[in-house]
Amino acid sequence: MGVGIVGYGVYVPRFRIKVEEIAKQWGDDPETIKNGLLLYEKTVPNMDEDTITISYMAGKYALQRAGVDPKDIGALYIGSESHPYAVKPSGTVVAEALGITPDVHIADYEFACKAGSEAMFVAYSHVKSGNMKYAMAIGADTSQGAPGDALEYSAAAGGSAFIMGTEGLIAEILYTYSFTTDTPDFWRREHQMYPQHAGRFTGEPAYFRHVLSCGRKLLEMSGLKPSDFAYAVFHMPNGKFPQRAAKILGFTKEQIEPGWIVPWQGNTYSGSSLNGLSATLDVAKPGDLIFMVSFGSGAGSDGFIYRVTERIEEVRDKAPKFKELINSNKMYLDYGLYAKFRGKIILNPHV
Amino acid sequence: MLTPRVYKEIPQRYRLEANKCKKCGKVLFPPRLVCPCGSEELEFYRLPSKGKIATYTVVRTPPQNFSYQKPIVIAVVELEDGTRIMAQVTDLPPNANYHEYVKVGAPVELVFRKLFSEGEAGIHVYGYKCRLL
Amino acid sequence: MRDVAVIGVGITQFGELWTKSLRELFVEAALKAIKDAGVDHIDSMYVGCMTSGLFAQQEHLGALMADYLGQNPVPAVRVESACASGGYAFRLGLFEVASGASDIVLVGGVEKMHTGADATAALAAAADAEYESFIGVTFPGLYAMIAVAYKEKYNIPDDVFRKQLAMVAVKNHENGSKNPNAQFRAKITVDTVLNSTLVADPLRLFDCSPVTDGAAAVILCPADMAKKYTDTIIKVSGSGAATSTIQLAQREDMAWLDVVENAAKAAYKMAGVEPKDIDFAEVHDCFTIAEVCVIEALGFFNPGEGIKAADEGKTALDGEIPINTSGGLKSKGHPVGATGVAQIVELVEQLRGSAGERQVKNARRGLAQNMGGSGASCTVHILEVV
Repeated sequence: MGVGIVGYGVYVPRFRIKVEEIAKQWGDDPETIKNGLLLYEKTVPNMDEDTITISYMAGKYALQRAGVDPKDIGALYIGSESHPYAVKPSGTVVAEALGITPDVHIADYEFACKAGSEAMFVAYSHVKSGNMKYAMAIGADTSQGAPGDALEYSAAAGGSAFIMGTEGLIAEILYTYSFTTDTPDFWRREHQMYPQHAGRFTGEPAYFRHVLSCGRKLLEMSGLKPSDFAYAVFHMPNGKFPQRAAKILGFTKEQIEPGWIVPWQGNTYSGSSLNGLSATLDVAKPGDLIFMVSFGSGAGSDGFIYRVTERIEEVRDKAPKFKELINSNKMYLDYGLYAKFRGKIILNPHV
Repeated sequence: MLTPRVYKEIPQRYRLEANKCKKCGKVLFPPRLVCPCGSEELEFYRLPSKGKIATYTVVRTPPQNFSYQKPIVIAVVELEDGTRIMAQVTDLPPNANYHEYVKVGAPVELVFRKLFSEGEAGIHVYGYKCRLL
Repeated sequence: MRDVAVIGVGITQFGELWTKSLRELFVEAALKAIKDAGVDHIDSMYVGCMTSGLFAQQEHLGALMADYLGQNPVPAVRVESACASGGYAFRLGLFEVASGASDIVLVGGVEKMHTGADATAALAAAADAEYESFIGVTFPGLYAMIAVAYKEKYNIPDDVFRKQLAMVAVKNHENGSKNPNAQFRAKITVDTVLNSTLVADPLRLFDCSPVTDGAAAVILCPADMAKKYTDTIIKVSGSGAATSTIQLAQREDMAWLDVVENAAKAAYKMAGVEPKDIDFAEVHDCFTIAEVCVIEALGFFNPGEGIKAADEGKTALDGEIPINTSGGLKSKGHPVGATGVAQIVELVEQLRGSAGERQVKNARRGLAQNMGGSGASCTVHILEVV
């Protein structure tokens, strides 16, 4: 009996900021940034949005596509590196709002940008083991980049939700694999507002080692070649890394194109490869094979191989698609408003 | 310490749970023990999440816990089933002439957002707002 | 029920009174009323006040004021109905005398708002705490939404509406300039209003009544007994009160104050009169739009016509129905709990012929309308010279 995705949902906020606006603030050359990162603008959450509200929207859309009763969801896992509380789960608020409580298992996950895909990993395993009928995994973030740091250009907000089940599959999960080592390329100490990173070390020894190791093992396990796949999705910290990883593994630009959303969305961290997967499911055809490898600093990669089913055509239009959300109702902010929205301004302590 | 007060309203703020009078059909939000018509025969009802603006204003001097977001646009929304509720209008272009966007009759959808946080160390309070479609 | 008369009145200066406390204000007004009446004792007292708890952590005002007025062991209680606290205190005092339970009753109203507390937040307690105040709407916000609903209902162009609303404030300041106790005594123009800062679109600073400290008090006794104290017998001929939905969104017609209509109906019935029999009125202009809606619900103007009344001079001091000869809440000030009682004080001054520059000619019968929240509670009283 197959196990896989029965419903998916994606959400990004309506506000944006352009690379030019951030570059102007810090005296960087915007063209250099744009060419170096292959990134042009990113999503910014409204002052009233956070990982919980983003997860809610993604989860709501996933339920619309899945067409299941929320009360049948046996587990809800949210992976993020910007959970609104340090202690108190995001999952309980979202589950309460979606009408999933109280007969549900909830846990919040963290593993830098991989927190979403690992939630998927666990949700999938619960269903595969026969433990529960449906389990929901969400990867969402409102990640912060330190003012003036390179990451400020890419740290964005958004997320996706996936309901795993055995009935009504839209994408069967054929293979999964995780590759993990202790590699401290990017981290955030407790009570620190912004993360730190080890510069160029985040490339070869971190992102590429784990994505490529995971990707190669996944291909080996499945016995498939890159050309067997219709699409490939990789974690996208910027526009260049996923292009290079794809090329090294043998995937083409066309294969990664629908999921290569980072130039207009930015890096949604735990929602990065997940949003890429949603954008891909928005266009995939029945029978298509999709290859996905995430990456989380610290470091690790989760890999999945999906096979899209007939049912995708029936449910795709039941909730907004990524392209609609990323292109419509956009509102651009200047840096001052961006800093205010993101809480980067020091307020009078009395407030 | 808002928790006990806020906890009680979660079904209303998170899921729009109301009740409806079996006798006269009036929708009661928040749910009540007795309908204004006098009947105590009430059944579970959930509000729809789409509607249009019935009236609105731009509050330029909001209370202290909202002053960071000022000005805030508040509207009375008439939902698809005729029920009216009050909600903030979110996702508007900052510092715009709000009256160019928000108009009586404009279609809106209710969305789940953070209403406010209790200072620097208290809880986050979530509930419904609306945004233009 | 026996007829009741008002035989004494007292009122303090209204304004930002940094050196006067809550209890001092009440006692000042009460002493003035007692002296004005010439009574040597009181049987009972009522204290109208909305938010002494939120402004100064002080409840239990009946006991506090009875004590500080030197009236222990006289019974006393605080009455609260948001901004209609004063009006309701008067109504309860009225019934205590009318029923025969007491002969001489003191009714006072007081509010001390300049205490450092967040006034906007304190006043928001008059709305629905969980479904209105909770999302930050504020009182100007609620009345602004009533204004927009009114404008839409009667299809009035923005600029015309804006100017007509401004005239309500202009007229009230004109009257207030003649009131020595008023908080704001400067006359203003339409431009003053239109150039003032926006508070809650479309309402601007000069559409809104201010934050005020102050107190007012009256003495009630049976009409038969009144001639012992005064030659001019001023009787309370009608009293009405009503409630409506606490939430503005649940109001049947957001542009119509059904609470005023219902309270007025009861008062007119008790007095055996109609709107046309009223010579002048003090109404609850917490915001300019409120006066517009109130004068319609009181039956002085048809629905949709109230907006033009001030602009056309119909509610001026020399108009067909003078409204807010005291300057109203806008110019005189709005110490919340005191307002309802202050309205009675103005009625009595007019009916005695002692209103000075503000005197309405041939004032024989006046009406006071006091309202709480966005139109959730209301009292209407009719006083006339016997």
